[in-house]
Amino acid sequence: MKKQKPKQSASGLPEIWRRLKKDKAAIISLFVLIAIFFVAIIAPLLAPYGYEVMDKKHPFDKPSKAHLLGTDRLGRDILSRLLYGARYSLAMGFIATLISSVFGIILGSIAGYYGGKVDNLIMRFLDIYQGIPMMLLTVTLAAVLGPSLRNAIIALGISFVPGTARLMRASILTVRDKEFIEAAQCVNGRDTYIITRHIIPNAIAPVIVSITMGIGNCIMAGAQLSFVGLGVQAPIPEWGAMISDARNFMRGNPTLALYPGICIMITVLAFNLLGDGLRDAMDPRLKN
Amino acid sequence: MEETILEIKDLKVEYHTDGAVIYAVNGVNLKLHRGETLGLVGETGAGKTTIARSIMRILQTPPAKLCGGQIVYKGEDVLTLSEREMRKIRGNKIAMIFQDPMTALNPIETVGFQITETIAIHNKIKKSEAMKRACDMLEMVGIPPERYGEFPHQFSGGMKQRVVIAMALACNPELLLADEPTTALDVTIQAQVLEMIQKLKEQLGTSVILITHDLGVVASCCNSVAVIYGGQVVESGSLEDIFDRPTHPYTIGLFNSLPKLDSTEPRLKPIKGLMPNMKEIKPGCHFCERCDHAMPCCAETSPESVEVSPGHYVMCHLVKKEG
Amino acid sequence: MAAMLEVEHLKKYFRVGGDRKLHAVDDITFTLDAGKTLGVVGESGCGKTTLGRTILHLSDPTDGVIRFEGEDISNPSKKDLRRLRESMQIIFQDPYSSLDPRMSVSQSIMEPLLLQGQLSKDECREETLNLMKVVGLAEDYENAYPHELDGGRRQRIVIARALALKPKFIVCDEPVSALDVSIQAQIINLMLDLQEERHIAYMFVTHDLSVVKYISNDIMVMYMGNMVEKAPSQLLFDHPLHPYTQALLSAIPVPSIHNQKSRIIMQGEISSPIDPKPGCRFAARCRYAGPECAQPQTLEELEPNHFVSCCKCRDINNL
Repeated sequence: MKKQKPKQSASGLPEIWRRLKKDKAAIISLFVLIAIFFVAIIAPLLAPYGYEVMDKKHPFDKPSKAHLLGTDRLGRDILSRLLYGARYSLAMGFIATLISSVFGIILGSIAGYYGGKVDNLIMRFLDIYQGIPMMLLTVTLAAVLGPSLRNAIIALGISFVPGTARLMRASILTVRDKEFIEAAQCVNGRDTYIITRHIIPNAIAPVIVSITMGIGNCIMAGAQLSFVGLGVQAPIPEWGAMISDARNFMRGNPTLALYPGICIMITVLAFNLLGDGLRDAMDPRLKN
Repeated sequence: MEETILEIKDLKVEYHTDGAVIYAVNGVNLKLHRGETLGLVGETGAGKTTIARSIMRILQTPPAKLCGGQIVYKGEDVLTLSEREMRKIRGNKIAMIFQDPMTALNPIETVGFQITETIAIHNKIKKSEAMKRACDMLEMVGIPPERYGEFPHQFSGGMKQRVVIAMALACNPELLLADEPTTALDVTIQAQVLEMIQKLKEQLGTSVILITHDLGVVASCCNSVAVIYGGQVVESGSLEDIFDRPTHPYTIGLFNSLPKLDSTEPRLKPIKGLMPNMKEIKPGCHFCERCDHAMPCCAETSPESVEVSPGHYVMCHLVKKEG
Repeated sequence: MAAMLEVEHLKKYFRVGGDRKLHAVDDITFTLDAGKTLGVVGESGCGKTTLGRTILHLSDPTDGVIRFEGEDISNPSKKDLRRLRESMQIIFQDPYSSLDPRMSVSQSIMEPLLLQGQLSKDECREETLNLMKVVGLAEDYENAYPHELDGGRRQRIVIARALALKPKFIVCDEPVSALDVSIQAQIINLMLDLQEERHIAYMFVTHDLSVVKYISNDIMVMYMGNMVEKAPSQLLFDHPLHPYTQALLSAIPVPSIHNQKSRIIMQGEISSPIDPKPGCRFAARCRYAGPECAQPQTLEELEPNHFVSCCKCRDINNL
């Protein structure tokens, strides 16, 4: 008898990729994001200057050979700050989303699978939770923990939990009553086994899409936090902070705010388009 | 009774999806006479629903593609009509009942309104007149007219199907296409609904094409039968021809696979293998891989349709051999 | 010899808002011997599916006694239930939704073995390939996924899975209803072969009367949660005594043009199973109904092994 090692691959992965490839906007976005990611990693190699290097004699410089995008109010090179900024903005987006996803998935799964009192308890908790405006929550956390990049990430992560939790719960409700779940119970699968092995893999698709777009949201929210002074502190060049810095000089030097704004816009747009593409690619109804 | 009301000539339909092509209908020839009930028998994927939807011109194109043939309804080729002309026929002269009554009715409109709507679209009459006709239809299908203002969810599956039938027959169509109308219903309700369709048919003189996979249903309702396999009519003829003298190996195989109430055989005789998925047209007979009587020529050349007795056509090389 | 499965006065009621109860299964009693098949027929809403699921404790019974191999399993402890599950399995109706779409064929079949934990991973895999052979699935399909296969093959996967733990009793809930006629025949033959080889008892739940006669030793007819008639297959079809059974059998479309019988067309629709009034539940649609029918009906053995629950039965059938 032939002894082959069985292939281990999730059923849809190659198919999903194939369908995703057809969505041009999604693929372009993917490349853009990979590029931005790459830039963030090798920023020190690309940037002509350090992000905090000040040239006090040349504030508000127009683009020149020395400073390709000009300088800001403290004479710091805008291009370098943008390149380094990618790190902080992406970090905020990814890590905050990671935190919110992990907690959101766990809470949503428990609520969705067990239903009844447990579900009620968790959902009411999330209701109260969501009733607190995010800004208020973050301000409070910042006040308590002190404003910094790390605390901004924590605050964002915590704020985005209810959305993911609800989505996960809804997705689980559609899967939970399917017969193959009962079939797993019939062969003595314990609850945790069923949740991790059967329910989550089948319910995760919408959540993955939401997470992808959520990263974009986190970056935006992070930028807003920095804009009001909570979050990263000077001189860290997170893009939102850069816009905040440039606030008072918009009349004379609009580009100071424009460049970081465009960076945020492109990144968030790319995440959203990728998320859209993923959602279409993962839609089981398109399977023939 | 002999007037031909519908004739399908060499119909070909393909489905183009995702790079692959599925040859759903491959040269179907059918004739329906006035007042007749033709049973279209076949299993999933044989192409029966595609044929019905082609007659009504409600195929979704893309992914479907009409690649050839004619559907002649009272002298006119339906496939060449404009959408505007087709709308005058659809629902009015040719009506269709679908399998699932749950989804055929609009859940947010009363059943009475849905029937009235059908009548009003095709007839320039006063609303009150249309409503009266709708009530008459309800009564005809065995639903008290007082239930005019109720919503679909207030009816059971069998009753919903009756409403669907009332809608279909409201404009007194000449041709009714019934796509597995009783498959989703319990057997006792099925009996009621089939009896009702028979009665209405006789009352209104409608010709019916009944699509089903259930040979029992065919035996109780139909005058003539066409057996569909792989997008082709492999055997067709009168009810007696098919039930008393089944000739094509697939037809015989179908009868053999049925558990019979009066049989004492310990095991059933299924047809081996599966229906091919029609992703490519191989030369030869589509059934030969599953056929117990396959000969070398079966895989090479497609069989022609041969008239083995008046009105009884079989598409099989075996038949040709015997001349 | 005691029967393998004994069910006495089994009841399953569902709460539907406030105090109202839906009587899904109401006072069902029967026995099933090892290696035999009990067919359970009835139309939608009769409770046949709930019956199977209640016996397997997918839904807990409201009342009544269930005995499996002599052991009372009406209220098993969690530990007992886990042990019982190895002897009692279920095959669901829809092969499209009873398999996890993200698990390959071999993963689905191997799962019960891995969860049981008695065999090593390699032994599990060998047993899986063996099971695939037994149900007629080619080894090539080992890594295929359900959506790549047709209904017949998917149902074979479901059957292989049900066999994995070597059960003695399998509830088959409409296992062939979703399949084409020619595939149905293949699967029915397979199930009969397996029963012979492995001495498995089946409870075969279906609405398809011709299939049930083929595969059953005894048949039980249900109507709105009650058992109205039970008899050996041939006897039931030759000599149905309950008016509902008679109407049901006459309604089956026969694939023959020569013995078209006159159909008993039942009037009306099924009444509500919520808080039903005492007495015969079929009376509202029965053409023989009379005032006696409002009394609670009792199950009588009118012929050897032929049980009927109808007060007018003797009159109707001139017994």
